[in-house]
Amino acid sequence: MPSESLTSMENGAAADTAAAIRNYVRANMTALRDVDLRDDDNFFEKGFVTSIFAMQMLDFIESTFGIEVPDDRITLQNFSSIDSMTRMVGELKHAAGE
Amino acid sequence: MRQVSEEQTRDPVVRARLFAEHELADRAGEFDRTGRLPRDVIRKMADEGLLGAAVPKRWGGHGLDPLAYGELTESVGKACASTRALLTVHTSLVCETLAERASDRLKGKYLTDLATGRRIGCFALSEAEAGSDAASVTTRYVKKGDIFVLDGRKKWISFAGIADLLLVFANDNGVSSAFLVERDMPGVEIHPMSGFLGNRATHIAEVSFTDVEVPAENLVSGIGLGFGFVANTALFHGRYSIAWAGVAIAQAALEVMCAYATEREQFGTRIGSHQLVQKMVADAVTQVAAARELCRRAGRLRLERSTDAVMATNIAKYFSSTIAQQVTSDAVQVLGGNGCWDQYPAERLFREAKILEIIEGTSQLQQLMIADYGYKKFAVRSRGGEDEVL
Ligand SMILES: Cc1cc2nc3c(=O)[nH]c(=O)nc-3n(C[C@H](O)[C@H](O)[C@H](O)COP(=O)(O)OP(=O)(O)OC[C@H]3O[C@@H](n4cnc5c(N)ncnc54)[C@H](O)[C@@H]3O)c2cc1C
Repeated sequence: MPSESLTSMENGAAADTAAAIRNYVRANMTALRDVDLRDDDNFFEKGFVTSIFAMQMLDFIESTFGIEVPDDRITLQNFSSIDSMTRMVGELKHAAGE
Repeated sequence: MRQVSEEQTRDPVVRARLFAEHELADRAGEFDRTGRLPRDVIRKMADEGLLGAAVPKRWGGHGLDPLAYGELTESVGKACASTRALLTVHTSLVCETLAERASDRLKGKYLTDLATGRRIGCFALSEAEAGSDAASVTTRYVKKGDIFVLDGRKKWISFAGIADLLLVFANDNGVSSAFLVERDMPGVEIHPMSGFLGNRATHIAEVSFTDVEVPAENLVSGIGLGFGFVANTALFHGRYSIAWAGVAIAQAALEVMCAYATEREQFGTRIGSHQLVQKMVADAVTQVAAARELCRRAGRLRLERSTDAVMATNIAKYFSSTIAQQVTSDAVQVLGGNGCWDQYPAERLFREAKILEIIEGTSQLQQLMIADYGYKKFAVRSRGGEDEVL
């Protein structure tokens, strides 16, 4: 369920990015929990994901979007919600001239 | 012993095998009895480039891909579990993790020294009250200006007895961070432990930190990234190493078992012709082959940087440590009284195999993660009108 703030600023590419991240997060959420995941939910705080998730997410983002996340971008804040990851991927792609 | 060409002797994997066969296999029993890995062995490993085998060339390593590194780990582990443990801890848990998660500045400061064996690293996560629940460590850090101050106590730290550098995990009110701590920083004390079932030559120690001042630049990755990113990256590499360690020990036990069964006679015939012995051998052959293929699969997925590599590694670690336990137990059985005697390698292999089911996440922890993955992947159910994988 995309949050309103993001919905209003989504363009096509960002929507695709968000959808890919959303699918990956959903496929990796702890299985035996019924959760309604919002794009602005901090899934570390809500305990939606297992502990290896952060590392997998970084690999997923780098391999799916063909970008390298620089050291100073690897912060819990940037990886804590679908919104924050979508924003970061958009900025990194923009910086790479895409 | 297989012949090797001149060209092959330049291949790090072949060199590792030769080193293991010529210089480790006959001494593994001695290392186990004396409880120490001699300096000359560690120096030779450094000279052979083993300690940086999986580290990118840019940082002084060999830059081996995961499949080659796995094969190398098997060769060393088949000859000596304690020596292989140095690869697991120093090369996989510490070096590979720094290569991926540390800043270039921190890599420049430490990684080349580690990859070339000028310094030895160890991995300090566990504590007396924080084992499987590793995120709950009570070692604390506080930021004061441009230093971090660490206080606490780690337990079961392999190679802490001889390491120069410790990768330490600490919490600040639930915010987990990782630090590189030098052994001779004031306030670091090493308390050697002994009396272990296996891994006896791995210089295990407790480590206490009392007001240890660590420069801010020794923070790995960033504040809050200790468990989620750094420890999990390390365990991803460590588990891959342990998966190959299981294949290694099981392969060694299989060879011991087969050699004995084709020599020893009882009831006027070789014991290997008794069908109940053949069952143990057949199971061992099959299990070793299956475990090796799971390790290779994990290796291929790692090479492709596939996100499936994480679960493939957990599955390989779980399976190969389980079968290593079964195969070594059967090796003891096939050798009978000699299997229980330290003049034969079976009892040592049996003890070493058990360790693999405990370290880098116990088998139960692997089962929890694998089951969770199973539900997500295989429990397809209909929700809100569309089919989705949980
Ligand atoms: C030889 C050796 C070397 C080691 N080297 C290192 C090292 O270099 N660095 C380091 O940081 N640590 C090291 N360790 C520590 C090791 O990682 C821990 O022993 C391991 O994580 C298990 O923790 P524990 O011993 O506290 O057992 P516990 O966590 O107390 O577990 C005890 C039992 O309870 C089970 N259990 C616990 N939680 C659950 C659960 N949720 N569901 C089902 N079962 C559960 C476990 O599977 C196990 O069977 C080493 C240990 C050994 C034996």
